[in-house]
Amino acid sequence: MKIIVLMKQTFDTEAKITLDGQGKINRQGVNLIINPYDEFAVEEALRIKEKHGGEVVLVSVGADSVQEALRQALAMGADRAVLINPEMEEVDEFTTATILARAVSGLGYDLILGGWRAIDDGSAQVAGRVAEILDLPVVNQVTKIEIEAGKAVATRDIEGGNEVVEVSLPAVLTAQKGLNEPRYPTMKGIMQAKKKPMEKKNLADLGLSADQAAPKVKVLEYFLPKPRAAGKILEGEVPEAVAALVKALREEAKVI
Amino acid sequence: MDFCIDQELSLMIKTVKDFVDNEVDPVSHIIEETDRIPEDIMKKCKEMGLFGLSIPAEYGGAGIGMVGKCLIYEQLGRTSNGFTTVIGGHTGIGTVGIVESGTEEQKRKYLPPMAAGDKIGAFALTEPQAGSHAANIKTTAVRKGDKYILNGTKHFITNATIAEVFTVMAVTDKSKGAKGITSFIVEKSFPGFKLGTVERKMGLKGSQTAEVIFEDCEVPAENVLGRGGEGYTNALKILTNGRAGLAARNLGSMQKLLELSIKYAQERVQFDVPISSFQAVQHMLADMAVDIELTRSMVYRVAWMVDQKMKVIKEAAMVKYFASEAYCRVADRAVQIFGGMGYMKDLPIERYYRDARICRIYEGTSEIQKNIIAAQLLKDYG
Ligand SMILES: Cc1cc2nc3c(=O)[nH]c(=O)nc-3n(C[C@H](O)[C@H](O)[C@H](O)COP(=O)(O)OP(=O)(O)OC[C@H]3O[C@@H](n4cnc5c(N)ncnc54)[C@H](O)[C@@H]3O)c2cc1C
Repeated sequence: MKIIVLMKQTFDTEAKITLDGQGKINRQGVNLIINPYDEFAVEEALRIKEKHGGEVVLVSVGADSVQEALRQALAMGADRAVLINPEMEEVDEFTTATILARAVSGLGYDLILGGWRAIDDGSAQVAGRVAEILDLPVVNQVTKIEIEAGKAVATRDIEGGNEVVEVSLPAVLTAQKGLNEPRYPTMKGIMQAKKKPMEKKNLADLGLSADQAAPKVKVLEYFLPKPRAAGKILEGEVPEAVAALVKALREEAKVI
Repeated sequence: MDFCIDQELSLMIKTVKDFVDNEVDPVSHIIEETDRIPEDIMKKCKEMGLFGLSIPAEYGGAGIGMVGKCLIYEQLGRTSNGFTTVIGGHTGIGTVGIVESGTEEQKRKYLPPMAAGDKIGAFALTEPQAGSHAANIKTTAVRKGDKYILNGTKHFITNATIAEVFTVMAVTDKSKGAKGITSFIVEKSFPGFKLGTVERKMGLKGSQTAEVIFEDCEVPAENVLGRGGEGYTNALKILTNGRAGLAARNLGSMQKLLELSIKYAQERVQFDVPISSFQAVQHMLADMAVDIELTRSMVYRVAWMVDQKMKVIKEAAMVKYFASEAYCRVADRAVQIFGGMGYMKDLPIERYYRDARICRIYEGTSEIQKNIIAAQLLKDYG
């Protein structure tokens, strides 16, 4: 069973986001991690491999710094990694999905796993787009996966309950929190990861031109949420305080 | 001079720090109350390979050098020192003897299960009348056919209650003094091995220290560790190279105390301002940071020297001495910055304060370290 895991490196969940002089997100000195939902996907891929045999291949789009995240997943037990550096200033979900789909189709696969969304931009598009390009079924936000001959039975979160879906393989499944508890890499695994293959590619290596992968969405502006103003305590007797509150809700907060 | 940490070690540091901060530290009060490490934490440590830090890769260990081991110990120091000691006692004095002096058969028999944490190792040198004066041990080992018969009592043995493999020093030839001591690998299951009193300690909760009694304990002759008569030298070797490791554990605890103290000083308001705005408090933080930085510099230099197979007798004694005293100073200042809260069991500060105190005593007291340093100085420059 050949399992592909689509993986993204993101800011640490505790990272403090700031903007640089050009109004872009400041990446300096920020701790980088495996996108937590992708980490569930890595863990699940390893568990499926441990049960059914096969190979786990990590595929990621990003700069050289992503190697660190890939090494971590290799240390957890994945077999090899492919990193495609798009060498572009800005990418969108179309770019990423186009590159990933091209890279994955060259690798061959029985199952493709990814996180249902990345915690940084949160667009939740990439895995679905990859499935579309490769003409594969996609099941989103799964919390349980059983693999049977030529098919997968996936449990997914839906409003107020669960849905159990059967899907023929190959398919794209995206991980939701609750799917598993990712393992820590072992010290031995970390040493062994050094020797595992990590291929670095660019667009030309995949036979893609910059135009074919050019983003279709352009970010116009980033801005930080306004700092929270201090709360206000209304003084006085209850009838006056209530009147003042209603007035404030109408005129200051403009919520009624 | 290159102070960079390679990719593999960086990932190990990150992994162990995540684990300690997110899984062990939140249960450190449970370790304190129950005086044991929760089973699931032990299991995860074993799976991660934390029990194999001193063991070469070919015997199932991590295969990292002393620098690597110290970097990991530093992270393990960021929580309950009892937890740190369960791993540190095993990977330090508990396994190093077999790694350094064991025969190929001994290594192949003992190291793989010890690396996996399935068998915990301990080190038994100290006896009631032989503490600092370790060569004064009275436990005897008498050869009988293909066995040695051990008789005597060891006390203050770290992790004795959970250990299965003990590195034991015993007298084989009384007439030869320190040169008449031999080390043995003794299994808990050997006939005549008995566990004695479990001590009630001031701190290090989670790591139990106990008496070990040998009553006509039968040890197969093939379990002699190293050569006969070299037991005392073996013990000194094990202790010497381990000293940077203990200092690295102290370093992690100090770093954690500094982080907690800075946070508290910025949050605690007195006289309408955070106490971090008082110079007296700032100076305590500065002194803590200097102690930490000095310890860091020494730990990794000595660890590097160990990896280069350089002679470190003096430097190892220095780092052990300095780091233990520094840890006590840092813990004392942390209690001071936290004020009354620093004295309360609701916060971990008083625990570090109690745990720090043992570092100036075990694996050679501060005074003994100074004796070693001075003896080396007089030899080197004499
Ligand atoms: C929690 C704990 C865990 C331990 N774990 C282990 C273990 O796993 N294995 C093991 O073998 N041992 C272990 N020990 C024993 C430990 O190494 C000894 O306690 C230590 O070496 C000191 O010996 P002592 O307690 O007999 O003190 P003593 O030697 O009696 O020392 C008392 C005081 O006299 C001073 N002193 C003694 N001789 C001199 C000198 N020549 N010059 C100047 N000052 C001197 C000492 O520095 C100290 O201040 C442990 C001890 C404790 C408390």
